[in-house]
Amino acid sequence: MKSAVIVFPGSNCDRDLAVAFEAAAGAKPVMVWHRDTELPDDIDLIGVPGGFSYGDYLRSGAMAARSPVMQAVAQAADRGVFVLGICNGFQVLTESGLLPGALLRNAGGHFVCRDVALTVDNAQSAFTSRYAAGETISYPVAHHDGNYFADDATLDRLEGEGRVALRYAENVNGSARNIAGILNDRGNVLGMMPHPERVIEAAHGATDGKRLFDGLVEGLMARA
Amino acid sequence: MKARIFVTLKGGVLDPQGRAIHHALEGLGFDGVNDVRAGKLIELDLADGTSDEDIDGMCRKLLANTVIENYRIEKVA
Repeated sequence: MKSAVIVFPGSNCDRDLAVAFEAAAGAKPVMVWHRDTELPDDIDLIGVPGGFSYGDYLRSGAMAARSPVMQAVAQAADRGVFVLGICNGFQVLTESGLLPGALLRNAGGHFVCRDVALTVDNAQSAFTSRYAAGETISYPVAHHDGNYFADDATLDRLEGEGRVALRYAENVNGSARNIAGILNDRGNVLGMMPHPERVIEAAHGATDGKRLFDGLVEGLMARA
Repeated sequence: MKARIFVTLKGGVLDPQGRAIHHALEGLGFDGVNDVRAGKLIELDLADGTSDEDIDGMCRKLLANTVIENYRIEKVA
């Protein structure tokens, strides 16, 4: 299984995400710089990490979404390659149109940095297969712009098609319908604000995120 | 040729920044403010002859996120 992690100027969770990919897959991901126009051949999984790409200039994720490498990511996603965007990575995926909606400034105006309870809404996806539907888990969040917004028709469609993967169990940032993570229509792209890569080993104090990476990699290896 | 691009949040999109400004104005004793919405002004210095279509494309493709924002183009001679 081959994976890659995209690195933008201002990414700061890229190495954590690489560690999580390696722990699950047993092989180091390729780190791909934002100016690169091509991804490695036969790639199975792409991580778009958290951070403050391009200093959050213009809008969070806006500049990164227009960087050369994101065209390659979009083409790969079109071919069915799996893409996981976390935090700023989720913002980049909405800005690039790979996922619907947008992430607005938190409704409370504050940067929120703490563990939050989440409900697994869809446990059928490749990303959530090791969780039970309706299960409550806990991941940390650390963001200022995590207030998920989409029009009602889009929200209804996401819910109707089972594309809400994760919801906050409380109102963390004002997100519409408490949405914390959504899938694209094919189910190969997941964007989420919480950080599963920060809870994968005992030393982190919790391991709820480990099952996301293990389940995803297991599914990808079975496919190959 | 110059153009000024005004980017504003669509109606119904929550604006915590505007709300904080509103709150601060009230704190200064300005009671007559009904609402505050904050936006962005982007000034472009453009080559003469840049088409309206191109300027519109800049707004749609980058300067505004039309999921949540409106934009208005003002050309300055």
